[in-house]
Amino acid sequence: MSQSVYDRIGGEAAVNAAVDLFYRKVLADDRINGFFADTDMDKQAAKQKAFLTMALGGPNNYTGEDMRKGHAHLVERGLNDSHFDAVMENLGATLKELGVPDDLIGEAAAIAESTRNDVLGK
Amino acid sequence: MSKVVYQGRSYERQDDETVLRCLLRNEIHVPYSCESGACQSCVMQVTSGEIPPNSQEDLKETQKSLGYFKPCVCKPEGDLEIIALDDAHKQKHRVTVVEKCFLNGEILRLRLACDEPLEYRAGQFINLFNGDLIRSYSLASLPGSDEMLELHIKRVPTGAMSNWLCDDVQVGDQLSIAGPMGECFYHEVDGEEGLLAVGTGSGLAPLWGVVRDALAQGFEKPIILCHGAMSAENLYYVDELRRLEKAHPNFSYFPCLSDVDVAELPAGMFSGYPNDVAFAQQPTVVKWQIFLCGHPEMVDQTKRKAFLLGASLTDIHADPFVLASSA
Repeated sequence: MSQSVYDRIGGEAAVNAAVDLFYRKVLADDRINGFFADTDMDKQAAKQKAFLTMALGGPNNYTGEDMRKGHAHLVERGLNDSHFDAVMENLGATLKELGVPDDLIGEAAAIAESTRNDVLGK
Repeated sequence: MSKVVYQGRSYERQDDETVLRCLLRNEIHVPYSCESGACQSCVMQVTSGEIPPNSQEDLKETQKSLGYFKPCVCKPEGDLEIIALDDAHKQKHRVTVVEKCFLNGEILRLRLACDEPLEYRAGQFINLFNGDLIRSYSLASLPGSDEMLELHIKRVPTGAMSNWLCDDVQVGDQLSIAGPMGECFYHEVDGEEGLLAVGTGSGLAPLWGVVRDALAQGFEKPIILCHGAMSAENLYYVDELRRLEKAHPNFSYFPCLSDVDVAELPAGMFSGYPNDVAFAQQPTVVKWQIFLCGHPEMVDQTKRKAFLLGASLTDIHADPFVLASSA
């Protein structure tokens, strides 16, 4: 198996650099920040890190079922494709800002995209 | 082969096994989730032994200095003694009340002598017991400088603990406390640019300790302290903070009054909420350390704002307990 994007961009240290950047973009994005209004920021940052680790093909134990359960309460509040697209946009912008090459960003986007149906409970 | 000691029992760790896996294999049920060092559900504290640096990656500097680590990615070379974070909170101490004094109409200062010296960092908190009643209070004292433990207690009209402390407890009484706990203390961070402390009411207590601790450790970058209250009578330690400002040119103190118009402000005071005054003074906080204590809504809002203005989440410190006085 070829090396994951996660390993190629520098593993956990690279993800740590990405977490603050990504989460700051998400919180500043009026299209989606309403979903994060009442969350504990430290816990949320840990979740963002787990998400980024997964999107980059790093070690994780998340299943489609976890994704479904974890987002069901947000789907009830109206989470839909447009919000998912906004998160994808923030992910791409974060990786670009960190100087990740376009082909690797494409790979990360494809992994994140593969969770769409589970996240949106389709 | 190395050993993991937990709750007085020793477990052989198999080659290449993480500390978490070793505990789980021995049917010790500790919380965990991602097993990849991301979610921090399994964080524990090491009390003896060496942990590899990767098992502390992305924890706060304050947490690292307390020995917090992630067992799910930890494969130590040698033996380890570890405790659950909850266990650290159960250490009880006897203290004697040595001074009782009201700092203003609603805030009581208690000074306590501990039977055995208490090891703590300025800004941490303790739990105080009265029978079944338990409340958390931040320590305002600075170890090494203040001989006694100092607590600031706001009298809450319906508060069983605060009324008992204000009315019934006498100098000479013995009380029971547990702790210290919390990560709201100053710890040097590489490249730090400043320290911003924002508090309301008796939320000044840990900040009074943290600011003096940073100064005592030789912190030379700007330190800004914004303390908020409704009116000047609800502030306290104004003279003490002004003296500290005179003694340290890098320290600035902003007393903030939320219910007083600009036209009626006492000299040297500011109108508005302390978090608003803070960001007006310091609009960017990249590489700043942020300390917050007081009204829960103020703490939440300020945390978010500081993060959006560039502070790293690992540099934002606020205690997990909610001040009864502000609830």
